[in-house]
Amino acid sequence: MAKVFLPYQLKKTTNNKDFIEVKGKTLNEVIINLEKMYPGTKEHLVQEGRIKPGLAAICGFSATRKGLLQELEEDTEVHFLPSIAGG
Amino acid sequence: MVNVSDSKNYKVIGTNPIRHDGYDKVTGRAIYGADVKLPGLIWASIVRSPNAHAVIKNVDTSEAEKIDGVFAVMTGKDLPQQEDQFIDHGEGTENVAWSSENIMATQKVLYKGHAVAAVAAIDRYVADYAASKVKVEYDLLDAVTNVEDATKEGAPILLDSLVGDHLRKKVKNTNVASITRHEFGDPDKAFANAENVVERTFTLQMVHQGYIEPHNATAHWDEEDRIKVWTSTQGAFPVRTSTAAILKLDVSRVKVTPLEIGGGFGGKIPVYLEPVVSILSRKSGRPVKAVMERSSVFQASGPAPGGTITVKMGTDKDANIVAAESSIKLEAGGFPGSAVGAAVQCIFAAYDIPNTRIDGFDIVVNKPKSAAYRAPGSPQAAFATETVSDELARIHGMDPIDFRLQNASKEGTRRADGVVFPKVGNVEVLEAAKKSDHWNSDLGTPAKGRVRGRGVASGYWFNVGLKSTVNLSVNSDGSVVLVEGSSDIGGTRTSISMQAAEILGIEVENFRPSVGDTETAGYADVTGGSRTTYATGFAAVKAAENLIEVLKDRCAIIWSLDKNDIDFEDGTFFASKDPELKFTFKELASNLDNTGGPAASSGSVDLESAGGAFGTHIVDVDVDTETGKTDIARYTVLQDVGTAIYPAYVRGQMAGGAVQGIGWALNEEYYMKDDGTQANVSYLDYRMPTALDLPNIETIIVEVPNPGHPFGVRGVGEVPICPPVGAIGNALHDALGKRFYDSPMKPGRILNVLGKISD
Repeated sequence: MAKVFLPYQLKKTTNNKDFIEVKGKTLNEVIINLEKMYPGTKEHLVQEGRIKPGLAAICGFSATRKGLLQELEEDTEVHFLPSIAGG
Repeated sequence: MVNVSDSKNYKVIGTNPIRHDGYDKVTGRAIYGADVKLPGLIWASIVRSPNAHAVIKNVDTSEAEKIDGVFAVMTGKDLPQQEDQFIDHGEGTENVAWSSENIMATQKVLYKGHAVAAVAAIDRYVADYAASKVKVEYDLLDAVTNVEDATKEGAPILLDSLVGDHLRKKVKNTNVASITRHEFGDPDKAFANAENVVERTFTLQMVHQGYIEPHNATAHWDEEDRIKVWTSTQGAFPVRTSTAAILKLDVSRVKVTPLEIGGGFGGKIPVYLEPVVSILSRKSGRPVKAVMERSSVFQASGPAPGGTITVKMGTDKDANIVAAESSIKLEAGGFPGSAVGAAVQCIFAAYDIPNTRIDGFDIVVNKPKSAAYRAPGSPQAAFATETVSDELARIHGMDPIDFRLQNASKEGTRRADGVVFPKVGNVEVLEAAKKSDHWNSDLGTPAKGRVRGRGVASGYWFNVGLKSTVNLSVNSDGSVVLVEGSSDIGGTRTSISMQAAEILGIEVENFRPSVGDTETAGYADVTGGSRTTYATGFAAVKAAENLIEVLKDRCAIIWSLDKNDIDFEDGTFFASKDPELKFTFKELASNLDNTGGPAASSGSVDLESAGGAFGTHIVDVDVDTETGKTDIARYTVLQDVGTAIYPAYVRGQMAGGAVQGIGWALNEEYYMKDDGTQANVSYLDYRMPTALDLPNIETIIVEVPNPGHPFGVRGVGEVPICPPVGAIGNALHDALGKRFYDSPMKPGRILNVLGKISD
């Protein structure tokens, strides 16, 4: 089960829980299952089959570079945060 | 240098060889963007808005077109029409419609200097003259140049099409492009139970990166509808992506050749001129070059945002920080996309705080579209947090480093945005600061009429990974040609080569590194986010490891052995079962004929974080209480760099970032006039510190290796600009007994806080 930390804006959808446990061996599976648990969340995270522009999916410690194909180990934390630019 | 890891016996890593580009640069032979010369080259001049906010009623180019020597004239209508479309640069996204409108306005100008037309002519002087003959009619609008005015009831709206995303609520008729929030724990309850609570509001002004070389671009749109671009940029491939998207072309129709770059610091990631000179080239049939004048660099490129930040922090009776809250409002400039997203993720990163709430506001104002500037958003955030932290330390009667150490984030700490830290060196840096000579030295006595104070502050930056490619090929004399696509803004040709040299067991002087164009080098994301020595270096390691495998194959052929019987160690290939059979790297290179052709290899990566990093700065300031002028008496930079590949470069980045931060703290600002235009558009009036203003910047490298890199590299270039504003503010308080909540802390402001002059 991945521990999914949703953006604050979506927390109301999940009764303000800090995180929710969602089944899935990949990020894609987790988001599909998340949508089943809390309909309407997926559209805020995914666009045209990819992580939404401007959003980064943090799987563990840092932003995944594999997108929805990212494999997830048991208890991996998944966060959705603004993608970070640098100078 | 403070090494907290098992010491590795490297031969190349950790040395300071002569840089490969050194002679060309010190002798003036290096080719920069403005040096580009091509047969038939003509010059472009950009027509820019004199107004900060206005509707474009009409652009009349007829008079300019009649002038002898003019080859082409364009307006924004010559750029393809765009709808909202986001392109991913790996570490950020770009809305092509806004980028296009920023490059050349079609309906409204949103800041002084916004381009409205361009002319290409036989030389620069004719082009400038013709540009002056383009007549633009405007309907003037009121301008807003700060976040407070932009969010007032009835404020002029910059973008009619903007639909703000305010915590999922779609809002029209607003200058607030987005509101985001991060919340963990129960900050309200924690504040209610806190022993001490400090809440302050800070203001910061827009500042420029201050690179010496102005933006430039040359383009030739050829008969096959292919565009060749030459430019100084932090990323040839992102320039290709952006230019192709803005011109609605496939990327394969655009070839970008990066020239040497005279400073970027984040400001040379966006494109401003490339699509313009491309269109002018298509219209004229000639290659066209444009070089911004300094005033345009200030007014029409991408500075760092100003804004307001409120920070509230609470401690328990034992000086543990129990809650923190912040509201960060940053100026995006004329189009959405300030660094507020990073600011909210950095603002409390140096501390382990169980209850946090952070709100971020991205606000459009009538100033140039902001861009990255070393650790975008983090210096502004650190000014606020580090000032409040210093106040709390004093309330508890604690040494400010001890207070930070007691509350420091470390491996396993959950950041305020929820993400857990991997191995980071915050504690190690603070401990090194506490042991440093500077922290343990007396303040000394300042000159008559001056008072001296000492301050300390910390800062954090993520450091990114992303995509890089390195190609290696072996010459018969044993030298290695290395081609990579990352623009070299900090000596990375050498630091990348050093990593491959370490793997191959040869001296880095045997490398011939170069930065290729987009049709020579493999793909590389932007040189930014402190990623290049980490990610492109990682690709070099992979390429070198692959080259060893190729060369083992060749040894197997030469010695008629199975490849599994070939070993490699310390630059020598040998047969594991026959010690007489061996080749040094150089010997093997000269024996590759008849073994299957030239030996070459490639390595590519797409990496996650380069390992977040912390820095702590200590500064002594001398303040003249009569004039308000502040001088830096002593300055020490400490930073966790993972592993220093080329320590002299690392120290240069640490000192350079600190110097830019000192300018940010003491002098630099976009000084805006009432009509919304910037008053100080030259380096005479925009006061950056020079070598004459500063003492030697002392540097202490702390090495907590990044477990995600073969040599432990972390990003280096951005962290050192985060602490200076806060550190100097704290030093001024130590000197004067007064707190500063507004930056820059310039002489007039200091005299004002001292009550010697009024606003």
